[in-house]
Amino acid sequence: MTTPYTGHDYDVVIIGGGGAGLRAAIESAAQGARTALVCKSLLGKAHTVMAEGGAAAALGNVWPEDNWQVHFRDTMRGGKLLNNWRMVELYTKEAPERILELEEYGAVFDRTSAGLISQRDFGGHRYARLAHVGDRTGLEIIRTLQHKMIHMGVDVFMETTITRLLTGTGRIAGAFGYRRDTGEFLVFRSKAVVLATGGLGKAWKYTSMSWESTGDGIALALDAGADLIDAEMVQFHPTGMVWPPGARGILVTEGVRGDGGVLRNADGRRFMFDHIPAFFKDETADSEAEADRWYTDKRNNRRPPELIPRDEVTRAIYAEVKAGRGSPHGGVFLDIATRRNADYIKKRLPSMYHQFMELAGVDITKEPMEVYPTCHYSMGGVRVDPETQAATVPGLFAAGELAAGLHGANRLGGNSLSDILVFGRRAGLYAAQYAQEMRAAPAADPAQVDGAARDLVGPFSAAGGESPYAIQADLQEMMQEYVGIYRDEDGMRTALAQIDALTARARGVRAEGPRQYNPGWHAAQDLYSMLTVAAVVTRSAIERRETRGGHSRTDYPQTDPAWGKMSVIARKVDGQLTLDRVPIPEMPAELKALLEVK
Amino acid sequence: MTSAGTVTLRVWRGTREGGGFEEYQVETAPGMVVLDALRAAQAAQAPDLAIRWNCKAGKCGSCSAEVNGHPVLTCMTRLEELREDGPVTVAPMKTFPLIKDLVTDVSWNYEKAKEIPPFTPGPKDPDGKRRMYQEDVDRVQEFRKCIECFLCQNVCHVIRDHPENKPAFSGPRFFIHLANLDMHPWDTADRTALIKQQAGLGFCNITKCCSEVCPEKIHITDNAIIPLKERVVDDYYDPILWLWRKVTGRK
Repeated sequence: MTTPYTGHDYDVVIIGGGGAGLRAAIESAAQGARTALVCKSLLGKAHTVMAEGGAAAALGNVWPEDNWQVHFRDTMRGGKLLNNWRMVELYTKEAPERILELEEYGAVFDRTSAGLISQRDFGGHRYARLAHVGDRTGLEIIRTLQHKMIHMGVDVFMETTITRLLTGTGRIAGAFGYRRDTGEFLVFRSKAVVLATGGLGKAWKYTSMSWESTGDGIALALDAGADLIDAEMVQFHPTGMVWPPGARGILVTEGVRGDGGVLRNADGRRFMFDHIPAFFKDETADSEAEADRWYTDKRNNRRPPELIPRDEVTRAIYAEVKAGRGSPHGGVFLDIATRRNADYIKKRLPSMYHQFMELAGVDITKEPMEVYPTCHYSMGGVRVDPETQAATVPGLFAAGELAAGLHGANRLGGNSLSDILVFGRRAGLYAAQYAQEMRAAPAADPAQVDGAARDLVGPFSAAGGESPYAIQADLQEMMQEYVGIYRDEDGMRTALAQIDALTARARGVRAEGPRQYNPGWHAAQDLYSMLTVAAVVTRSAIERRETRGGHSRTDYPQTDPAWGKMSVIARKVDGQLTLDRVPIPEMPAELKALLEVK
Repeated sequence: MTSAGTVTLRVWRGTREGGGFEEYQVETAPGMVVLDALRAAQAAQAPDLAIRWNCKAGKCGSCSAEVNGHPVLTCMTRLEELREDGPVTVAPMKTFPLIKDLVTDVSWNYEKAKEIPPFTPGPKDPDGKRRMYQEDVDRVQEFRKCIECFLCQNVCHVIRDHPENKPAFSGPRFFIHLANLDMHPWDTADRTALIKQQAGLGFCNITKCCSEVCPEKIHITDNAIIPLKERVVDDYYDPILWLWRKVTGRK
């Protein structure tokens, strides 16, 4: 069977319209490559738009002591040293340049009194380091990149979903997908593909992510033969909304704590003082007085315990609620009302003020917020070369949240918005160079296109009558319960059995109605990505028998130094998901020395 | 809202070829927003109901629609706020061509964005840095809060009932973008001719409908459109200022 499709030819096709994809497109086009950007939603609506607090870069505008070496140390320690050191080095050195470049594109960050980019405090960062615009930094970055890119001759395919990468002679040959507005099938023939599809949190019930974040890039990369690493490292951000029910999981920026907010339990106690791990003891305040002095005097005081890295704060909130010291709706209290005046809160955190007022009827300048951890970020993902962002399949590149290595076992807040700039640019640059060295795109195996088209229309004629939404909901419920903040082997074995059962149900999923703008049909496609994500995260999580960063196990509660030298790799061999372990690259002595600096 | 515990949604279903309103009963929960109710209907009763949404937190501007006749973000409109008795009516934005159900073709906006020459900064300070002060950027940052929900475009009389004006008119969303560029302390490009001609600023008769519907509460008319109109007047009709700019090359 051949299904009609429209063909397009490019040097580089970028999949994903968030910050990483846009920055890659800008760079690819600047290199003279014929570039297309394919995005699942409208341009400017991707997940980057929801990023709030800021973009970390050692500009030294507020604290001149700050430099890439300190940012390197903070990022490695935040990632519990599982990070790829070379990516961290490139990242911390290049982040300031990438932020300043946004100003050349028209971004308008908040200013210091000297007229430079202002920087705010965030968890795990020794100095105030996050360039920001109130608490809507992601909007500023995505709009700036969007308005830069539209003048660079990049062809944009909005509301277009890629369901399969095409390969030929062992290389990337393009991608197959469909346009939502018409239902038309598309074949992109291209020399290189940059995957910048973002996160995968939609496989969990409570997440800060939108419907888009189904981990499509995970499934596309695995099926094309690429390696993944560290898939078990999923970040549950400490502070998501808990009430009302429809708002559960929506992000509450770490900027609240960076700007002076504190966490309290039902007894009114600042409980983070009771949960400071040994790894961060020397750099964390041990009294409220010292913690409060730190905001203005970082030389003589240590940081408040509310600002240790996210994985630690999440475990502490989990423990407080489990011990029965939670808030009425099952979270804890995040209080900035008693700590800062109303004008300051509205100026620094306008969108938090708006969000709580409109959705929960809570005035955060007068009352505490109720918060609980929410699935927020994937540190793991496609295994890439640190310099070029090349995946293990020739012609395939990955950047942003989908790519692994930079953040190790846990990402520091603020490191994502600069990650997407640094490595988005690198992926675009090296994808364009790779493409320019090839005369023509490899010919894709025609059977791949037919197979992809057949799979795509399958749900319209499926024999079963299952609704994709019901399977999605069951998957999310199950992952939340068994592969959430804390995991154990028995629970994860249960999860694997349920994933098999859900996969069987998904084969009978049915789509009704026309191909044109049909969300039910789209949800049926999303299931494949989500089930792949669930399987690869769970399998990898069973493999890592320790607790580290975003991976917490009740049956292995300790951090194991042997596992600190190892990443879990996942790949498909003959269609079967297989796991392996690989040592993480050894850090040069001069960088190791940076970690010891007090 | 109707009886406790359920709400009746009247949702537009159809394409450019035709359609009509269909009703769905949805169970309510505390704090439920219109988008929650639409998604509940989609999950259980109408899997092919076309809606657009992303962030569900008023930050991305995807879920614009007309709820009981009012243009709003459905993710920020709580059912409890809709005081009217009877069903909640949800229709697509009227100004843009329908694709299906609640989803419209907003590509016209993206075409207009391309027509505006990009940010063009002047030289850096002698030490290689760039400086601008918070008080100089406050007004620009107001415009940059725009989430591109296109509700201002949707209610603008110039195009709502006159699609024939679309080729020669950019609409409020792009007037604030132009104001953002014009008032940016580092920008050097002169877009006055574009503002007057291709962007069609003169069509606007300052009814402020755009400002009223803006979910970000941007003062579109007062802070962007009126200053731009003054800029056009100065440039085109004030000979002394015109000569000054010619001689000095400054905006």
